[in-house]
Amino acid sequence: MKRRTFLTALPGAALAAPALRKAAAQPAPTRTETLLLVQEYGPNSLDMQGLGSSQPVNGVSLNCYDRLVRFKRKALPDGTMSFDINGLEPELAESWQIASDGMSCTFKLREDARFHSKRPVTAKDVKWSLDRAVSIGGFATTQMAAGSMEKPEQFVAVDDKTFRLDFARRDKLTMPDMAVTIPFIFDSETAIANSGGDPWAKDYLKNNVAGGGAFKVEAWRPGTETIYVRNDDWKNGPMPTLRRVIARDIPSPSTRRALIERGDADISYGLPPKDFDDLAKGGKINVVGVPIPNAIWYVALNSANPPFNNVKLRQAVAWAVPYEKIMQAALFGRGKPMWGGSLPVTSIAWPQPFPYETNIDKAKALMAESGVAPFSTTLLFDAGSGTIAEPMAVLVKESLAQIGITVEISKIPGANFRGELNKKTAPMVINRFGGWLDWPDYFFFWNYHGRNSIFNVASYQNPGMDKLIDAARFAETPADYAASVKGFLEYGMQEVPMIPICQPLHDVAMQKNIGGYQFWPCREPDFRFLTKA
Amino acid sequence: MKGLAAPLRHARFVVTENPVTGFALALFILFIVAAVFGPSLAPHDPLASNTAQALQPPSGQYWFGTDQLGRDIFSRALVAARLDIGIAAASVALVFAMGGFAGLASGFFGGWTDALVGRLSDTIMAFPLFVLAMAIVAALGNTVPNIVLATAIINFPLYVRVARAETTTRRDAGFVDAARVAGHRDMGVLLGQVMPNIMPLMVVQMSLTMGYAILNAAGLSFIGLGVRPPTPEWGIMVAEGASFIVSGEWWVALFPGATLMVAVFCFNLLGDGLRDIVDPRRRT
Amino acid sequence: MAGLLLRLAGSLPALAAVIVVTFVLTRVLPGDAATYFAGPTASAESIAQIKAMLGLDRPLPEQFWNYIVALFHGNLGMSLTTGQPVLTDLAARLPASAELTLCGLFVAIGIAVPLGIAAAVRQGKMVDHVCRVLVTAGVSLPVFFTGLLLVYVFYFRLSWLPAPLGRLDAFASPPPTVTGFFLIDAAIAGEWETWRSAAAQLILPAATLGLFALAPIARITRASMLAVLGAEFIRTARASGLSGVTVIITYALRNALLPVITTLGMVFSFLLGANVLVEKVFAWPGIGSYAVEALIASDGAPVQGFVLTMAILYVLLNLTIDMVNRALDPRARRGS
Repeated sequence: MKRRTFLTALPGAALAAPALRKAAAQPAPTRTETLLLVQEYGPNSLDMQGLGSSQPVNGVSLNCYDRLVRFKRKALPDGTMSFDINGLEPELAESWQIASDGMSCTFKLREDARFHSKRPVTAKDVKWSLDRAVSIGGFATTQMAAGSMEKPEQFVAVDDKTFRLDFARRDKLTMPDMAVTIPFIFDSETAIANSGGDPWAKDYLKNNVAGGGAFKVEAWRPGTETIYVRNDDWKNGPMPTLRRVIARDIPSPSTRRALIERGDADISYGLPPKDFDDLAKGGKINVVGVPIPNAIWYVALNSANPPFNNVKLRQAVAWAVPYEKIMQAALFGRGKPMWGGSLPVTSIAWPQPFPYETNIDKAKALMAESGVAPFSTTLLFDAGSGTIAEPMAVLVKESLAQIGITVEISKIPGANFRGELNKKTAPMVINRFGGWLDWPDYFFFWNYHGRNSIFNVASYQNPGMDKLIDAARFAETPADYAASVKGFLEYGMQEVPMIPICQPLHDVAMQKNIGGYQFWPCREPDFRFLTKA
Repeated sequence: MKGLAAPLRHARFVVTENPVTGFALALFILFIVAAVFGPSLAPHDPLASNTAQALQPPSGQYWFGTDQLGRDIFSRALVAARLDIGIAAASVALVFAMGGFAGLASGFFGGWTDALVGRLSDTIMAFPLFVLAMAIVAALGNTVPNIVLATAIINFPLYVRVARAETTTRRDAGFVDAARVAGHRDMGVLLGQVMPNIMPLMVVQMSLTMGYAILNAAGLSFIGLGVRPPTPEWGIMVAEGASFIVSGEWWVALFPGATLMVAVFCFNLLGDGLRDIVDPRRRT
Repeated sequence: MAGLLLRLAGSLPALAAVIVVTFVLTRVLPGDAATYFAGPTASAESIAQIKAMLGLDRPLPEQFWNYIVALFHGNLGMSLTTGQPVLTDLAARLPASAELTLCGLFVAIGIAVPLGIAAAVRQGKMVDHVCRVLVTAGVSLPVFFTGLLLVYVFYFRLSWLPAPLGRLDAFASPPPTVTGFFLIDAAIAGEWETWRSAAAQLILPAATLGLFALAPIARITRASMLAVLGAEFIRTARASGLSGVTVIITYALRNALLPVITTLGMVFSFLLGANVLVEKVFAWPGIGSYAVEALIASDGAPVQGFVLTMAILYVLLNLTIDMVNRALDPRARRGS
């Protein structure tokens, strides 16, 4: 027995010793230099390109790795920092130039950029990292393809500090796609040296950061906490003021609220809307709510199968949804209404309100016109988003009963939800979609296009709409683009395969002494800009 | 009739001797009334939302306050009694039949029957029981029959043990031998002679596990493996209310939680009391 | 010794059955782990890729064979939720669960044993009834509800106890690992600040769990005390003029302890499985919350690993109880 405890003691001691030495060399970060963040769950990997990485892994990519470019930061009307999807600024690249034929872009890397291993960053590392993103499969490869980056041949290391990206086609999404959290740059030599023969070092990179970002991972205890420390040699942006970040995984939202309200945590992510609403009204805590670009909560109606293949019936449902009630009781006002708009469409802004509101008489009239007899159906939602979707579903059920539709609610555990959507048979679904790349044609391509992606929850098929979406994606002039967008928006509003309810806010609660909040498409916190007074 | 008089006298003695059991009995009757007549007694429609009245504290109109959608919590808690007690009763009845018979056969026949039933019990006991129930419900789908089945399965070893122990002590009793001599077959003896004799203790066991069954079903609901919304159920109501405790709307979770607790409490006390009646020697 | 080995061998069929049942249950979980972890925009190919990586594209018997082979090599598979080998996860989390469960058990013993004794000594009196109501109330409380209530009252309202952040305050770092029990490790390292932090974090979850364990311990203490108090030698001791307290503590309690210890083992094993919900409420990084999360995500390997660990613990615990029984009770030794 003694022998066993001695053996298990060894690794612990070995780990502790270097940490002690490091601490002695430099004053330990003080509490004002340390940020305590609480979130529902943490990363399940340190490699955002890897298969099956969870949402918080985006944060590791953001803080521990650099990309060639990042989105230009832009203040929203309320002063919150967000981003401009059409503007880029330097991160690892100090400059870039699009070729005169518009078919490639040449990046110049910073001379002084170094990885955590102290190796200088070279174009070879950039090529390896992007090759990896398009070859590794899964989400990374899909996201790269969304920006028309499909093959390793598109990535060329011209010399040590020059890198060229060859475009597969003219696609307005290619350059913005370089700034998301997938095409980040690995220290390829370190990765390969530790790969154990795997060409993409998947196991090693899953458990280790081999990059050059502003933070390093000091400790990662999956399911418990992730501790980040500042990389004091970072050169690719202003030096972060935080020296240490502790991200604790606290599954209970009540606890996360209590922690922020009592001042025990600095930042709290992912609270129910009710809590954000209370905290915002309470005034002691800063609540920053950014309308999530290209995202809506919606009710989808299966347009491929009876009974919802009947347009009048879908419109009847759209008039029967209790929008105000949902906004009040399910979202506590934390969203932008997507009802009460008008036709014809005058703006190409997206998301924009649809021309419906709650009007049971109109709904009843349309129901009668549709010729569909009263029927029973099933409404699905993901149990994981039950805090919002469940009250929504209950209210929809109650309201539809008034026009003769009996709804049975089915709460699908997160693991089955995508499987259910893939079956394409669910008659009604409550869901939320959000696209990283903020263009209406991107949204409609995923949600309405006839190629019937998993996000086309309504299985909507309309060749006329497909033509307009494709035309908008590759439109040459702004006028052509606007005409196509208006066209498919009008289709969407008249045919209503999905009934938008609201554009959700991405809410974060933080103490008053926390500043520098930055919102990115990936929605994870950026420790590089956050400050603590 | 004459057979009933003595136990009844004994029961009256126990209730007067032990006021706690009397109290539990009164509570039990209250819950049965709620389960049977709940829907017609409820002052409000337990399903009707009223967002203008959402999250109202307890008042003369809403005795237990209202929830996130403005539904009356008192009505919901009242109506839920039927479902919760129903699930528990169904699962206890099921395990009574399965476990009781298995234990009876195992104690009576011994040999390979005993070995088989014993192994089955051992296997179930080796599982962490709540996680086993979760896995069964997750695998088969979260419907009421599956919740009942899962709850029954995890109680199986308990019933087997009680039934087996009781049977073993009676297997060689005089009345069994007498029945055998009179030419009854094994099955006949088992069901006709042995079973009625172990019945009282099994009933006590049922009352004791009712509480545990209610807790188990509520626990499953709490982690999202319960009945479908918007059906009122105590566990789900506590889970829904849990997020409102910290923000000060304590009544949303407290009242369903307290109702649940009192129900379990009542069944447990009653089980204790019943044991006193059936078998005074075992009073522990 | 031979008897013990025989008993150990006797529990093997149950263990084998547990392995088979768990395997089947996790395979019929309706969720498709591959689709879940392939991410929202996954194409059919990337889902197939993950399936192949997980070996889920093989026929079921082959999957089972591979699982058994891996098991014999001490490999419990990978958790998709944490991205770590299940064995590593379980090893890291088991001490957290064990520490919490033991503390809960100590809380329960501290209350239930004296309560049980008092109830036995004053059988049928007020104390007896209070004891009965109290322990029944304890076992009637849904743990998830008690946990939330305690957090609300003692942390949020009264601020007597620290935030329920898991095993340690956010700014404390874990002591060097020796046993994995923070209280012991911190004491060994002499880090009393850490010790205090760990102890403070333990109070609420241990109390929640302890309440649940009151009933079986108090009941068995009472019953076994009653049996002993009625025995010949106690009457003799009383008759020979020894004081009540002396008789109860030195004679009766010592003899009544054996069934209590046997029950403690069972209660420990029961609690270790029952603290699933407590861990969830208190963000406790134990194996119970680990299994629940995995089950919800249809992540089979951690569930299998957890159930197997618990089954082995159960068998070992039973064996230990047996050994203790034999050591303490001469009759059991003769009986075998």
